[in-house]
Amino acid sequence: MIKITEKAIDVQKVIETASSLSAGAVNVFVGTVRNKSHDKNVVWLEYEAYEAMAVAEIRKIIDEAAHKWDLLGWAVSHRIGTLKPGEVAVVVAVSSPHRKASFEACQFIIDNVKAKAPIWKKEVFEDGGEWVDARPISASMNN
Amino acid sequence: MKYTLKTFGITRDILGGREVDFEMDGMKVSELKSELAARFPEMKSLNSLLIAVNNQYAADDLILAETDEIALIPPVSGG
Repeated sequence: MIKITEKAIDVQKVIETASSLSAGAVNVFVGTVRNKSHDKNVVWLEYEAYEAMAVAEIRKIIDEAAHKWDLLGWAVSHRIGTLKPGEVAVVVAVSSPHRKASFEACQFIIDNVKAKAPIWKKEVFEDGGEWVDARPISASMNN
Repeated sequence: MKYTLKTFGITRDILGGREVDFEMDGMKVSELKSELAARFPEMKSLNSLLIAVNNQYAADDLILAETDEIALIPPVSGG
């Protein structure tokens, strides 16, 4: 299951989707919204995705993970829209016969989703907003 | 040639619109990038800019068609 959703992510449901009776391990990564960035208070985050391409890119990442590790199940759900600190932005769950594969595959998937999937977030502070990583820090902070 | 560009993140703020008509003589992805930098100097301040064509990251020498779905992909920051 790959899902880009405006609704709150049901973490338990993502875990169940990735689970398998043959699995001895289910590994889950839950990415949440921090309340601080560059020592400034984050009021909320705006997430947006190029949905069709994001799903296609995440599918490629999962295919690569399934080729590298012995996976029995997997699920990725990414939230878009307005998120407040503490809310869940992304969940990755994978299952495998033994724990090593699950740990490694889960990290591989979230690292690559962050690096490759066309998804963006804007941090909104008390004094304005900034698209994360869009520009060098010095340039964006002077803006 | 007249292309339609989908914009995301900071590129929407710079170009001003979710879908922007863009006319230029060139047909390559590399030419699109340099035209964008010439017409919107702020594009040069980005950490990176990739172009996606029909939902795939495109190489600089790819030839564009007017019917392609072309998207500007500034640095991604999901997760």
